Amino acid sequence: MLRLLVRFSFSLALLLAAALVLRAAPESAAQPTARAQLIAALIAAPVQQVAAIRALVGVEDAAITPALTAWRAGELYLVTLADGKRAPAMLAPDPGVEGQRIALSVDTGAPLLDYATGKPLVFALNQLKPLDTTAPLRRAIRDVLEVAGVSDPNPATRRESIERLGQSRKAEHLPLLKARLVIEKVFAVRSALADAIAFIQLADVDPKIRLAAIGSLAEAHSLAAAARFKEQLAAKPAPPADESAAMVSALKKIEGHWQVVNFFGNLFRGLSAGSVLLLIALGLAITFGLMGVINMAHGELMVVGAYATFVVQKGFVSAFGLGSTGFNFYFIAALPVAFVSAAGVGLLLERSIIQFLYKRPLESLLATWGVSLALQQTFRLVFGPANVQINAPSWLQGSAAISDVLFAYNRLFVFGFAGLVVFGVWLVLNRTPLGLLVRAVMQNRQMASCIGVKTTHVNMLTFGFGSGLAGLAGACLSQLGNVGPSMGQLHIIDAFMVVVSGGVGNILGSVAASLGIGTVDQLLQPVLGAVMGKILVLFAIILFLQWRPGGLFPTRNRSLD
Amino acid sequence: MSSSASASLLDIEPRFFTRAQWASFLVPTLILAVLLPVFNALLPSENLLHPSIFTLNLYGKYATYAVLALGVDLLWGYLGILSLGQALFFSLGGYAFGMHLLLMIGKDGQYKSDLPDYMVFLGYKALPAHWEPFYSFWFAALAVLVVPALLAFVFGWLAFRSRIKGVYLSILTQALTYAAALLFFRNDFGFGGNNGFTDFKRVLGADLNSVETRRGLYIASVLLLAFVFLLYRWLTRAKFGHLMQAIRDGENRVLFSGYATARYKLFVFVLVAAITGIAGALYVPQVGIINPSEMTPEKSIEAVVWVAVGGRGTLLGPILGALFVNALKSWATRAAPELWLYFLGGLFVTVVLFLPGGLISIPGKLRLLWAKSSSKAPAADSLVVGH
Repeated sequence: MLRLLVRFSFSLALLLAAALVLRAAPESAAQPTARAQLIAALIAAPVQQVAAIRALVGVEDAAITPALTAWRAGELYLVTLADGKRAPAMLAPDPGVEGQRIALSVDTGAPLLDYATGKPLVFALNQLKPLDTTAPLRRAIRDVLEVAGVSDPNPATRRESIERLGQSRKAEHLPLLKARLVIEKVFAVRSALADAIAFIQLADVDPKIRLAAIGSLAEAHSLAAAARFKEQLAAKPAPPADESAAMVSALKKIEGHWQVVNFFGNLFRGLSAGSVLLLIALGLAITFGLMGVINMAHGELMVVGAYATFVVQKGFVSAFGLGSTGFNFYFIAALPVAFVSAAGVGLLLERSIIQFLYKRPLESLLATWGVSLALQQTFRLVFGPANVQINAPSWLQGSAAISDVLFAYNRLFVFGFAGLVVFGVWLVLNRTPLGLLVRAVMQNRQMASCIGVKTTHVNMLTFGFGSGLAGLAGACLSQLGNVGPSMGQLHIIDAFMVVVSGGVGNILGSVAASLGIGTVDQLLQPVLGAVMGKILVLFAIILFLQWRPGGLFPTRNRSLD
Repeated sequence: MSSSASASLLDIEPRFFTRAQWASFLVPTLILAVLLPVFNALLPSENLLHPSIFTLNLYGKYATYAVLALGVDLLWGYLGILSLGQALFFSLGGYAFGMHLLLMIGKDGQYKSDLPDYMVFLGYKALPAHWEPFYSFWFAALAVLVVPALLAFVFGWLAFRSRIKGVYLSILTQALTYAAALLFFRNDFGFGGNNGFTDFKRVLGADLNSVETRRGLYIASVLLLAFVFLLYRWLTRAKFGHLMQAIRDGENRVLFSGYATARYKLFVFVLVAAITGIAGALYVPQVGIINPSEMTPEKSIEAVVWVAVGGRGTLLGPILGALFVNALKSWATRAAPELWLYFLGGLFVTVVLFLPGGLISIPGKLRLLWAKSSSKAPAADSLVVGH
């Protein structure tokens, strides 16, 4: 056993060493000349600097970008060493003792050493004067950085600077872009390269190349190209007939593509808005739909969940620090906390008020409205009247793109989470002994009580469960929008409408209604604007209920009132 | 649905008012509508009995609130419809009259233009066509009645026809109010956006800031309240009133007895909407502003709370509730602004849980307690009503 472990770690170490050597080899080959050139440019006399910097255009070296970026930002310094030579240096970002920062060599990024003591040189910020820049110098730096960005190790940076080169429409960048296209491996960057090349080629002298460029930009659905085509078509000396025709058909193709993309984007946003609505309405579908309690404080229970997330986040920030790996897990921890805290408040509400009002639904509306006012004021007093800041964990930031349609991770998460919660609720209600009791009590409270079901317990648990779901919704909502004391009021009416139009007492109805309402709302918004779309949806629901007073899936029974 | 209605409400006396009741109606009405304004006009301001014009103004505002509350009560306490959209009808009346008041500013506005200020601000070139008739006072007065009534008719017709009732109707009315408020909050809807109408100068040629006009508006509000009280009293005492309560307690039975209950409900709904509109129209010149925050669902629920606190199913209760809650609000928002919402919230919960009959039921309860403690006669038990 032990021997195996030793052998394993030995081979692992060998592998690691080999990898290190392989990685280091090509870099060190390019280093001397490029770095020497850079250093020379930095310490050259001001008159020669512009030319020296310009000579760096297209030179590939990892040291160039940080050094020039620092220079431009006024964070590059000249340090006089013990042997009288001067060396450019950057200061380490974090100050050490008494604000002393370690000077880093531009060349290797290693600390500059004091010859006498062999210790790193340290300076305070105000001890050194940053290296000056002039306007022509800044322009030269920008040009170097622009081109250097094309070979940046980070694909996103690469893509950005490639796009910027394409937008510059300068033919001089063509060789560089073409050379990069040969060695580039990342797909997204390759397509950006092809676009940039075609974009520059639009102004080529050769009409064939121009036509081909139009064609490839149309294939790439480039929006920038569409704008340029429009501009050229409107220009006074119109482009030749065949090019105009190509541009018109390219425009049609590009615009058609983006229409489809926007449609699917809206559809996705609609579904995700619907799933948010679903999360909010699901708790209500239980407390209102199954139990018949009009809980106007449902929105505030949701806010309890959102603030619980905020508190958990605060705890994680003070324990792990913002943006650390540990911090990223706060949301996972916040979900159960949100559920439990909202369920706790819900239980308290049920025991203190609602249990007396099961036979008086309209009056439960009034009492719970009073509770909602008090809760709102409590939020204001505890967390302040302004919105609180919630930072999304890194895995909920950003988005995935499929054929130009963006799928934001936080919305994808809510979508999936809502599905999971619906499944969980269904499981609890239909596949557990508790669910059986819940359904029995909700169908006929007295009969269930007669055959020995402890209805008070079941009521309590059901209400707590519904409230907990509101808390989960609040936690999810905190990742999508603002968290403030009156956030519950924004959603409560929508949630009630979902439950009513889905059919009271029916989880499936709420699912269908919320997804439907969310999607229609989102698809109407680009046409009518945010508020008008919402108003129209509200009126549509009112009209829909005239047609089907029981909602989408009415509960059928033979009783009358 | 609302089986909680107390049985005592059904044994209605056939007589409209007994002599004693007439007296107890006329005396406070005369004091409020005649004596207070006379004292205000004639007594020197140092006199203890002199009510300031500010006080009269406040009472006038409360009177319009009381009319709103009476409407809520007629629908909820007598007919079993809990409408969470009454503030919408109130503000629609207010907006209709506000349009007239806004046009009456003439060139005295901020921008010295014929157009109302907000239109100049939003870059209107000419007055929209549907504003033209509002130069006429009588047209505006008609609109105050017709606009809320029309909306109530359309909504009520749709809702009652498909037998939407109880909780569902409440939620729908709430959604209607919410949608309307969102609409009025928009600048391009053409009613001043979230600033609404304000800065009124005159009504029927009289200066709105003068003491005489404000006194007149106060008297008008009190008279409206008195008139509406009489009208609702008459309605609820007539056979019509029996029917309303029957619908509240068992709509299906009434339906099966051959009454088209939907029509009765629609009639009351529309009538109340129109009257609530008048109250809104009187409210606006007294407070000097109307904006969409007046028609939010919260305002409607607040009106329901006045009724619940005062005592629903009685006509005196809502008036009492409107006065009590608003007076409490005026006091508490000054004395303890942070705690006001706790007051209000606590009030609802307390009333709903412990005092379903509202403030108006307190004397009866006390009397009952007293009767119980003074004589152990079991007969007193039969008087206990409700739960």
